[in-house]
Amino acid sequence: MRAPGRARKLLKDVPILPGVILLALILTAIFADVIAPYDPTVPVAGAKVFQPPFWMNGGSLIAPFGTDFQGRDVLSRLIYGARVSLLVGITGTLVAGGIGLTLGILAGYLGGWVDHAVMRLTDAWLALPFLMFAIFLAALLGAGVSNIIIVFGLVYWTRYARVIRGEVLTLREREFVRLAQVAGVSTPKIVMRHIVPNVMNTWMVLASLTVGVVIVTEASLSFLGVGVPPPTPAWGSMLADARSTLMVGYWWLTVLPGLCISAVVLAANLFGDWLRVRLDPQRRDL
Amino acid sequence: MRRYVLTRVGYSIVSLLLLSLTVFAVVRATGDPAVLLVGPGASKDDLANARTLWGLDAPYPQQYVTFVSNAIRGDLGTSFQYRVPVRDLYFERLPNSLLLAMVALVISLVLGIPLGIVSAVKSGSRWDSVAKVVGMFGLSVPNFFIGLVMINIFAVWLRWLPAAGIGTWQHLVMPAIALGWYFVASMLRLTRSSMLEVLDSEYIKLARLKGLPERVVIVKHAFKNALIPVLTLAGINLVIMVNVAVIIETIFAWPGIGRLLYEGISFRDFPVVQGLVILAGAMIVGVNLLLDLVYAWIDPRIRYA
Repeated sequence: MRAPGRARKLLKDVPILPGVILLALILTAIFADVIAPYDPTVPVAGAKVFQPPFWMNGGSLIAPFGTDFQGRDVLSRLIYGARVSLLVGITGTLVAGGIGLTLGILAGYLGGWVDHAVMRLTDAWLALPFLMFAIFLAALLGAGVSNIIIVFGLVYWTRYARVIRGEVLTLREREFVRLAQVAGVSTPKIVMRHIVPNVMNTWMVLASLTVGVVIVTEASLSFLGVGVPPPTPAWGSMLADARSTLMVGYWWLTVLPGLCISAVVLAANLFGDWLRVRLDPQRRDL
Repeated sequence: MRRYVLTRVGYSIVSLLLLSLTVFAVVRATGDPAVLLVGPGASKDDLANARTLWGLDAPYPQQYVTFVSNAIRGDLGTSFQYRVPVRDLYFERLPNSLLLAMVALVISLVLGIPLGIVSAVKSGSRWDSVAKVVGMFGLSVPNFFIGLVMINIFAVWLRWLPAAGIGTWQHLVMPAIALGWYFVASMLRLTRSSMLEVLDSEYIKLARLKGLPERVVIVKHAFKNALIPVLTLAGINLVIMVNVAVIIETIFAWPGIGRLLYEGISFRDFPVVQGLVILAGAMIVGVNLLLDLVYAWIDPRIRYA
């Protein structure tokens, strides 16, 4: 039973701004259908193509943030794009985290050749620069949200595996684990009951830091055309579409999605930093 | 020392093999390589021919051996689009990427290290806050967004710099800043934490107790030792920059290997894509090996770890 003061202590110093941004993102993503004024894949009736935002000449409140090259409402596309970013960001991180956690624990706890094998695999995998590997996989698997999630899982697990393996190596030597081993508790039970809960802190910090990276990578992949396929709105593909219009001055098509990406990633990073310091002040350098 | 070198080189070879195995497996697991190798618009007979020609009807282990032995000899296939060996294309474009990466690296060092030092030394001050903000933004704002915004401001609106291409130093400015942006933050954070750690150590406390002026303490003792991990990171970052500049190079039409990758994807030029991934991995494994060996040579403690 936790003392009541603990909850208050846990909530002290919560970074408000990042929390608010992330909460806004989650709510926007969930309630996109309700919030968005228009269908993001259909041109807005009553608005021109390439209409600027309402505070500029030629803009109107029909499409507050303007329209794109097909006359689709930018605001609606931004809102629905949040859904994609969140979905890919969270699931991608979970898949990568799941693989990394499993392999990290296996390597750390079982040791021996399993450890060696996993470590060599991790080294080899780490040799491939994330972005390039992601592009390679995405190009092979083809566009599509579930493919992208698989790609992220395959690309980003190595970071988890490395760090968690280190933790497990230390945990393995602790008294309560030794006691359980001596008492004859089966290995799977030891792992589930003692090892996993104790690496969860680190895992959560890594996860929060990975979410930002995954979102940016998804934007990059969509930008290059191997991410989320059209007409599903994604912030990265919005940037790609906007590229050709940059020279003509339609800045809102570039700046707005980019700002969204930056804001979300910034919030995730700040949150991750706070989480890291909060959960384990020893490990400030993950 | 020799034992360390042998073990370390052995590890690198294993890594390279695993790397090639991964690429090999991934390509075959995600579809028929014949389709990828023959290129778009092929007929059934073409596919069958390709299979025989490329030995794709052989058992997998044999295919893998051929794959690896070709790669070792430098044969990574021929580009569909350009009809020249992938290797030639790669080495033709590599210097451009290296140039971009080196300038970006210099930017990251020149901006990142001083800010990191100031942030650590004057921890908690206004400078520290500035540095932390720069660090956060550098890590969060996607580099291609910065690139696009810069093009918008400096090329379209102000017309000070060219929007794309290569040739003069003006062409270099924006891509290098866009690429180096993230790494300024990365350098800053590492310098800061490294410096903080060093400043806390025993010999620094002794230097202060001895009465040495603070400036001497920092420059002569703390800084040099704090730099070691920073320089390692710089080396690794350079290699990373060469390989992840895909989007930057695409936006700025910079003819490097990143752009080559993008072209490869756009034109379904599979040999190029595969070759680039393998070469990127090989480069990183090689540089890591080199760095490790240099470190073992400098610091004898490492050899016996």
